[in-house]
Amino acid sequence: MQREAAIRDPLILGDKSYKDITDDVVGPIQGSAPLGWKILITISSIIAIYGVGCILYLLGTGIGVWGLNKTVGWAWDITNFVWWVGIGHAGTLISAVLLLFRQKWRMAINRSAEAMTIFAVIMAAIFPGIHMGRIWVSYWVLPLPNQFGSLWVNFNSPLLWDVFAISTYFSVSLVFWYIGLIPDFATIRDRMTKPFAKKAYSLLSFGWSGRAKHWNRFEEVSLVLAGIATPLVFSVHSIVSMDFATSVIPGWHTTIFPPYFVSGAVFSGFAMVQTLLLIMRKGMKLENYIHVKHVEYMNIVIIVTGSIVGVAYLTELFISWYSGVEYESYAFINRFSGPYSWAYWIMMTCNVISPQLFWFKKIRRSLVATFALSIVVNIGMWFERYVIIVTSIHRDYDPSSWGEFHPTQIDIGVFIGTIGIFGTLFLGFARFFPVLALNELKTILKSSGENYKKAQENH
Amino acid sequence: MNKVFHVMYDDDDTLKDAASALVAKGIRIKDVFSPFPVHGIDPIIGVKRTRLGIAAFMYAMTGTSLALLGMWYFMISDWPMNIGGKPSFSLIENLPAFIPVTFEFSVLCGAHGMCITYFLRNGTLPGMPASNPDPRTTDDKFVIEITTDQNALGAAELEAAIKETELFELSTKDYK
Repeated sequence: MQREAAIRDPLILGDKSYKDITDDVVGPIQGSAPLGWKILITISSIIAIYGVGCILYLLGTGIGVWGLNKTVGWAWDITNFVWWVGIGHAGTLISAVLLLFRQKWRMAINRSAEAMTIFAVIMAAIFPGIHMGRIWVSYWVLPLPNQFGSLWVNFNSPLLWDVFAISTYFSVSLVFWYIGLIPDFATIRDRMTKPFAKKAYSLLSFGWSGRAKHWNRFEEVSLVLAGIATPLVFSVHSIVSMDFATSVIPGWHTTIFPPYFVSGAVFSGFAMVQTLLLIMRKGMKLENYIHVKHVEYMNIVIIVTGSIVGVAYLTELFISWYSGVEYESYAFINRFSGPYSWAYWIMMTCNVISPQLFWFKKIRRSLVATFALSIVVNIGMWFERYVIIVTSIHRDYDPSSWGEFHPTQIDIGVFIGTIGIFGTLFLGFARFFPVLALNELKTILKSSGENYKKAQENH
Repeated sequence: MNKVFHVMYDDDDTLKDAASALVAKGIRIKDVFSPFPVHGIDPIIGVKRTRLGIAAFMYAMTGTSLALLGMWYFMISDWPMNIGGKPSFSLIENLPAFIPVTFEFSVLCGAHGMCITYFLRNGTLPGMPASNPDPRTTDDKFVIEITTDQNALGAAELEAAIKETELFELSTKDYK
């Protein structure tokens, strides 16, 4: 049996047995839906339906219904895309990178973080899709034998790299998540009594029986998937940043973008995990599994990545001056003192200053403060993308075409709508799926459970 | 008539001790059913390490080759395009621009190839029936499966050896 130093905080609180873990997670699925859940899903479905309506209107009319203009040809659409993809990064980071580093605390949060990843990537994928205008021909981005003209898709273009990156990221994350879910679906299947539910979970569990050889393969598959998902996570957001970095627009054309975007993505992803899990642990009574120590660990990741983002902001400013290129300098002077300086300073405050509060142990371990700051970070990271995208293009080389971007009601509706769709999907997950990785938590109960650690001390 | 024994334990460490004790007596354990991966059980019951990792590597290399071959054909051989003056007449010269897609496609093929192989080798596919002997094995119980046809010992001797371990429950079934 694996032992752990006594001074390490236990990861599972209370006097839990293997059976208690099953009951705590499967119990809420077997019971009827709580009132709070019904209220939340009603609200988010209404927002989702409004969002779908806006998307349909957009597709029927054309992307002219967005506030884009001649100068600002890319605004909320790509901002929302990058924001959602960034949020998606925490799930894979938690499940893959932390698995490789053998961080046991990930087991309480990885399942829901991965679910968040998948739903966030779906939301992200909506934006380039609808931005094409004619979404029904979106398969033209694939390298198909070309009867449409004489050209193939352009493999030199970062936008095409993005097609490959996002689709690989989505499908690999989905498979990674599902492979971990199968044994837990089997646990639910074996406990369900209602015939329909039993049948449904039986289908979902693929006939999993927990044989020794299967577990042996399961662990190998998880490890190899983690090993290849780790560089995948870094590559995906690097490629997203290259959508900008390989262009020749001052403010975008910077080599710092890939690492800067990746740490920004992890930063915003962890903030979203905090926002969601702090609600979920309360609503589903998971306080013994996701407790202050987990929140503190995540806050430490937030300080580190938030500080990297802060350094990147300052480096950008310095390099734009040091480069001696007039256009480059102007792009950044305009960014912090021009018409969009309000957005720049919101971004600076939310992303650089506020996470530094987590250096105080009291704040880092306070659930209320964490929840508030996680929302601040989510807002800040949305503004980061907005600032990078809109301020770099709203004043181009030709002053007569300088302009500003004003979102229309459809811009706002589509964005808010994706939050609604995301919320609906996540609430559905929380109701019907095992929200904790049961099979993984059971493996750490004896080494990191409070009762076992106490027994070990008294021994 | 052959007999199958399903010996249930309520703890993973007891399970491992029991399995070691049984194996020491020369008894062959057919399978172990557990709610989570019990570390250390594989060498005791003789489960070898899976070769799925090697399979994943081969799938990934297939992806690498296909991606490079495809991009060579699309961008160099079939219809070279001049895009911003980027080199378009040789794969090597244009390779830096092809690295991202090559990497992504290798990961795509490696991950999915491995997962499909995993499902097929396990026989865990949509609609397959569950084969664990007791529903509690996905909750908090552990079952060792021993059959008479894989063992030289008779049913009575096996049962006696099994009863020496700290078992929780024992069920026996006849099968042909």
